[in-house]
Amino acid sequence: MSAARVGIVTFPGTLDDQDAARAVRLAGAEAVPLWHADHDLKGVDAVFLPGGFSYGDYLRCGAISRFSPLMTELIPAAKAGLPVLGTCNGFQILCEAHLLPGALTRNEGLHYICRDQLIRVENTRTAWTSDFTDGQEILLPIKHGEGRYVADAATLAELESTGRVVFRYAGSNPNGSLNDIAGITNEAGNIVGLMPHPEHAVEELTGAPSVDGRHFFTSILKRLVNA
Amino acid sequence: MARVIVDVMLKPEILDPQGQAIARALPRLGFSGVSQVRQGKRFELELDGPADEAALSDVRKMAETLLANTVIEDFSIRVEG
Repeated sequence: MSAARVGIVTFPGTLDDQDAARAVRLAGAEAVPLWHADHDLKGVDAVFLPGGFSYGDYLRCGAISRFSPLMTELIPAAKAGLPVLGTCNGFQILCEAHLLPGALTRNEGLHYICRDQLIRVENTRTAWTSDFTDGQEILLPIKHGEGRYVADAATLAELESTGRVVFRYAGSNPNGSLNDIAGITNEAGNIVGLMPHPEHAVEELTGAPSVDGRHFFTSILKRLVNA
Repeated sequence: MARVIVDVMLKPEILDPQGQAIARALPRLGFSGVSQVRQGKRFELELDGPADEAALSDVRKMAETLLANTVIEDFSIRVEG
């Protein structure tokens, strides 16, 4: 059986694509580079939108990336069930593309925050979180200036009542996100976005605060192998 | 040729920490009497033709699609001059 193929998208200004590819390979999948300017998903089984400052964060984070040729292919594929994970800028892009509801705005304290953050996993039914246990607390790096999740009251209520808040900041809320939200999923559970960085927490040798990030990639691998 | 202005503002219910920081800075600079500051964006679009109904309808689409994120922002359009 050939390895599952996970696409790693690179936009101009993407920073974390190499770590993302490494995390995917460590889990035993093939990392397939995807270029923002191509109308080509290369037949991958899942897609990882890594962090960075795509298109320089011009206008709004993710606002221009969402209209890239690659995204015009990815949006319908994700709506049809292709597993997609977006971290940090990838989460911002998923929200701008309306694949996830709400938006990410300037941190409450205005500071860019770079630190290790405790996160609570609240939904293990998504394509990317099945290897966690409900309520598990994990330690992941965060590094962002615009990570304050906001949505209107009706959207928030729907997310909460349907279990679509996948990750919540535990201990303290670093950025003023409503309801301490760190990550969410779509109705089908195939699209997950979060501000923390699992791809930076997969190997002790890199000085990562944990290797909790590995479970994102083992989760998706299991899903793809069993599909 | 016409110039169309699109103003984009965070919706009133969305926290604007940048505006708050500006509001806090004003008294330190000796300015008083300002109770709140909200920060937004202004876009100046130079049209090739006149700002007629069709052109303004297009500008509205541009604002909804790209210039503003209507999840968190409101916009207004006006013709200058």
